[in-house]
Parts: sequence; structure tokens; C-alpha cells
Amino acid sequence: MVSPAAGGRGPRRSRRSVRRESRRAEFVLGSLASVSLVVLGLVFFSLLREALPLFRHYPAAEFFTGLEWRPTSVDQRFGLVPLLTGSLLVTVGAAVIAVPFGVAVALFVSEVAPARVREFLKPCLELLAAIPSVVYGFIGLTVVSPLLRDVFGLSSGLSALNGSILLAVMALPTIVTLSEDALRAVPESYRAASLAMGASRWETMVHVTLPAARSGVTAAVMLGLGRVIGETMAVLMVTGNAAQITFDIFDSVRTMTATVAAEMAETPWGTPHYHALFSVGATLFMITFAVNMVADFLLRKEAR
Amino acid sequence: MWSRETGWRGCRRLPATTCREESTFGRERGRGLIGRAVCTGRTTLGLALVVLLVGGALAGCGPGTAADGEGTGGTLVVRGSDTLVNLSAAWAEAFMEANPGVQVSVSGGGSSTGFAGLIEGSVDLATASREVNDFERQALIDRGTPPVEHVVAVDAVTMIVHPSNPVRELTMSQLADILTGQVTNWADVGGPDLAITIYSRETSSGTYAFVRERVMGNKDYAASARLLPSTYAIIEAVAQDRGGIGYVGMGYVTDAVVALKVAGDEASEPVEATVENVTSGAYPLARNLFIYSAGEPGPLAKAFIEFCTSETGRAITEEMGFVPPAGGR
Repeated sequence: MVSPAAGGRGPRRSRRSVRRESRRAEFVLGSLASVSLVVLGLVFFSLLREALPLFRHYPAAEFFTGLEWRPTSVDQRFGLVPLLTGSLLVTVGAAVIAVPFGVAVALFVSEVAPARVREFLKPCLELLAAIPSVVYGFIGLTVVSPLLRDVFGLSSGLSALNGSILLAVMALPTIVTLSEDALRAVPESYRAASLAMGASRWETMVHVTLPAARSGVTAAVMLGLGRVIGETMAVLMVTGNAAQITFDIFDSVRTMTATVAAEMAETPWGTPHYHALFSVGATLFMITFAVNMVADFLLRKEAR
Repeated sequence: MWSRETGWRGCRRLPATTCREESTFGRERGRGLIGRAVCTGRTTLGLALVVLLVGGALAGCGPGTAADGEGTGGTLVVRGSDTLVNLSAAWAEAFMEANPGVQVSVSGGGSSTGFAGLIEGSVDLATASREVNDFERQALIDRGTPPVEHVVAVDAVTMIVHPSNPVRELTMSQLADILTGQVTNWADVGGPDLAITIYSRETSSGTYAFVRERVMGNKDYAASARLLPSTYAIIEAVAQDRGGIGYVGMGYVTDAVVALKVAGDEASEPVEATVENVTSGAYPLARNLFIYSAGEPGPLAKAFIEFCTSETGRAITEEMGFVPPAGGR
């Protein structure tokens, strides 16, 4: 497909034409790959283009340090802090649930489970990723919310915790799959040596295999969490969306993603509110970008 | 781009009917896709629509200036309230379907825009979420066309609580204290010792703005108020929360929650949100939505107004979350 000019395939092809052909193929693949880079750049550019005009109407310092998000109030306030702490609380909650659980499952799948169990368990876990997030939100609204209310005696189950639980489930497939890959990449000789030294399987798992796969597992966790920071629909439906600054996991919070999703649809084009929502989006983009970069760095370190 | 894309989609659905003025950055009180599409339109879109509109008028409808639409053809220009823009667009769409050859162009911009258009003579009908004021009335009388008011829909809000809550009525000032977060316990308004949780619509909702304006005198909602994306979510949440209070459009109240009676002030009787009380004006959390014409409406305009309160029109009204007016019009 690359080029008809490369001519017929035969023993008479010169080394030079072969090299030319492979160079062309590389060029095509390279330009296709760079398309994604261009798209990334364009997304970032257009985000900034819509976000920056906010600061003509509204001081940047007040946006980043403002304690109130009142976009349609009589005197509008676009304070990022409640949204930032909201996203943070939900994500940290999700991490506390998903990380121990996910790493434990990965250890089980890679180190303990017999092949047959593994063949069954892994696809099941990966199917979790196929469930649309609006369905998770629905389950959160109708199942998790009443459950939380009854178990913890809350007035309402629409809380940061509800969002954390859903996001933890959504992050699991990523965390388990990538952690398991990292664990399986640990050379068999490590385990053999450890067992030969008289360590039990548990000791080998916890003190040899897991530390050896540390950076891969960390990257898995970060990628999983990077996915959940940006998750929108489920948190919009279950966290209650009260724009307040709280670190009470049982209270209601408003995340950055939910704010953009809930307000963008009916915000008139070009207003300060419109630009403020883009600024929220740009901030979120930079956060997830940083998280993914760190995860990538760790993965690369592992590969070396 | 996202917004532009939606814009195209919306505008294709309603060719040349719902071009909202893009210079208006007044609060968008529309509900749903059409409003969103329209309010994010850009200059090129607007131009395209104008071309379509003009083309349509030239091709199909003959000479169609304002009030002289006769027979089956003709054009009708409707402008005004943002609250009504989506509903009017839906009416217009159905009306045009029922009357081929008729073009109805609907735009928003605020009730004042509509009245200004009537005074200038640039629109046939003005939609409004308030009554015509003295200045506008006088200007229209001076023109020889005194305004004629037609109630086409009612926007009513019901406060709802959990069925186990013994509180059945509140005054407007009690409601304001609760929603602004000054009162946080039901005991303070004659209920049990139970924390109040507020369930509100999202900030972009017209109902959110209406409650803030009518009940709270434009003070802010309590920061702890949970903002839910839909009426359904509010009913679901209040049905689950013994200390919850929320507000929904009157037509949405279900058996899972209890609607409160509301008293205008301490002295007056609490009033239940019923169709009668809403249309009589006794219920304080309701307002009429109007279409105004300059003088008696022409035949096409009259047909359109009648259509809005016809069986079909009322069904659309309810579908869009408003209350149809009692009786004919």
C-alpha cells in the first residue's frame, strides 16, 4: 500500500529500493502517529483559547483561590477551590478503596489463581470497563445511595463516598490489568530464588514480587485514577453537586467534571461563565495530563 | 467544535425557525437541546438561517409581511421571553407541521425584546414571562394598537418534602430562610428535630433562577444545597430523605413525595398548588406566561395562539414542563 513505485517483489530488488520502501513506510506510520499529537495540541489550544478570555472579566487569582462557585448568582463568583477539593475528595476516596482491592486482585490473578480461574476472572474484570458510566450512575442513585444512607445513618446517600465507590469500581479494570502485567513481568528466577531461600509463597509475593513490580503497579494505579478524575456522568448523578468546601466523605461535593457537564449545556456562548467552565476544563486537563505523564515515566522506568 | 456541532444539529432540526439573537447574553432559561443549540449559534449560522428564512419566504410563502398571512401560507415572527423560547419553538414546529407553507420564526432575547419588537412593528407576536409594563402599554396605545394579552402557559413550582415529614405548609419567608441556609433544622419551622437537606436544580435551570428571585429575593442558595441534574433526581432524593426539601415543576409531583402548601406571608392562608390556585394567582410560586399581540391578532397569529392552547398545544406545554392555562385561553 505504501507505494507502487517500489516495484515487484523479487530477488532482483536492490538493497537501495528496499531501504527506500521501508523509509516510506516509516514516514506514513510516523505521520499517522503524529496525528494524535496534533489532535492533543489542538485540544489544548482550543481549551486555552476559550478559557483565557475569562481573565479579562475576572481576575485569575480570584478564579484559582476563590472559595465560592456561584456562576449564575446576581454577583457571579467563579471560585475553583470548592470544585478542586470536591474532585480531590472523591478521587482520594476512590483511591483508598480501589488501590488495596485492585492490587490484591492483581496479586491473586497473577500469583495465586490457577490458570483456569485466571482465564475466567480476567475477562470478567475487564467487562467492568465496558459498562457505560451512566449505568454506574444509575446504580449509584438507586442502589448505593439508599444503602449508604441506611448503613451510615445519613440524611442522604448522595455523597462524595457514593461517587468514590462508583469510581473505585470503574478504576478496577485498569488497575488490575496493568498491575497484573507488571507482576507477571517479574522474572521467574526472583520467585524461585526467594522460595529456595525458604520464604513462603506469601512472603515471596509481598516482599519480592510486589516490590520488584513496584513502579509498574504505581503506574497502573495512577492510570486508573487518571481515568476516574476525568469521569463525569456517574459523579454528576451521585455526589449531590453541592459546591461547598468539605473534607467529610459523607457530605456532598461538586466535582470539576460534573460542573462543566451540568452547566455547559445552557450557558450562553461567550459569557464569563462560559469561559470559566473552559478554565475549569483546562485545569482538569492539566491535572490529568500531569498524572498520566508521571505514570508514563514510571512505566518507562520499569521497562528499562 | 462541540457547541457549534450541537448548534448545527439543533438548527437542522428546526430549519429557519429558532434563531435566537446571539447578542443576548441574558440568562438562558431554556430547557434542553433546542435552547442550547440556539444560544450557541455564531454569526455564520445566523446568516445561514437568515438566508434560509428569506429563501423560504420568497419561494413558498409569497409576500409574507407581518400580519397579512391569509389562507395557508404566510410568515409569523415571534420574539421575546427566554423562558418561553423552547416552548414556543416546539409549538411553532408542530404548528408548521399542521399548516404546510406557513413559516413561524421564533427567537428569544428576553420579554423586553419582544415588546420592543411589537412597538417597532418588527414582530407579530411577543412572548413574555411578565405583564406588559406601563411604558410599553402606552407606546403601543400611541401606535394605535393597544396590547392584547393571551395567557398561553403557567410556570408553577412546587416545594416537596418526604411523606414522613409532618410539616405541610410554609410561608415564603420560612422558605427563604431554609433555602438560604439560615434555618437548618425542621424544628425551627414547626417540624421534628431533623437536619434540613436542600435539593435544588442545577444553576442553569430556569426554575433555579425563578425560586431564587421569587422566594429568596435574589440571595444565594445555601452552599450545602445539593444541585441535581433533573427533576427526576430531585423527586428520587426527597423521596429517600426524611429531612429533604426540594422543588419541582407542578406537573412532576408523584406519590413518593408530599407537596407543601405555601403562604404568601404570615397573615395569609397557605395555598395548595393546584391548577385552579395557579391560574387564579392565589398560589405564590407561579407566574403566567404570555403571548402579546399589538391590537387584535391577524388571522394567522390568532390561529397560532389558539394552537398553543389547543389539545395538541397543551400536550406540548406539559411535555416541556409547564402547566397549560385553565380553560381556553
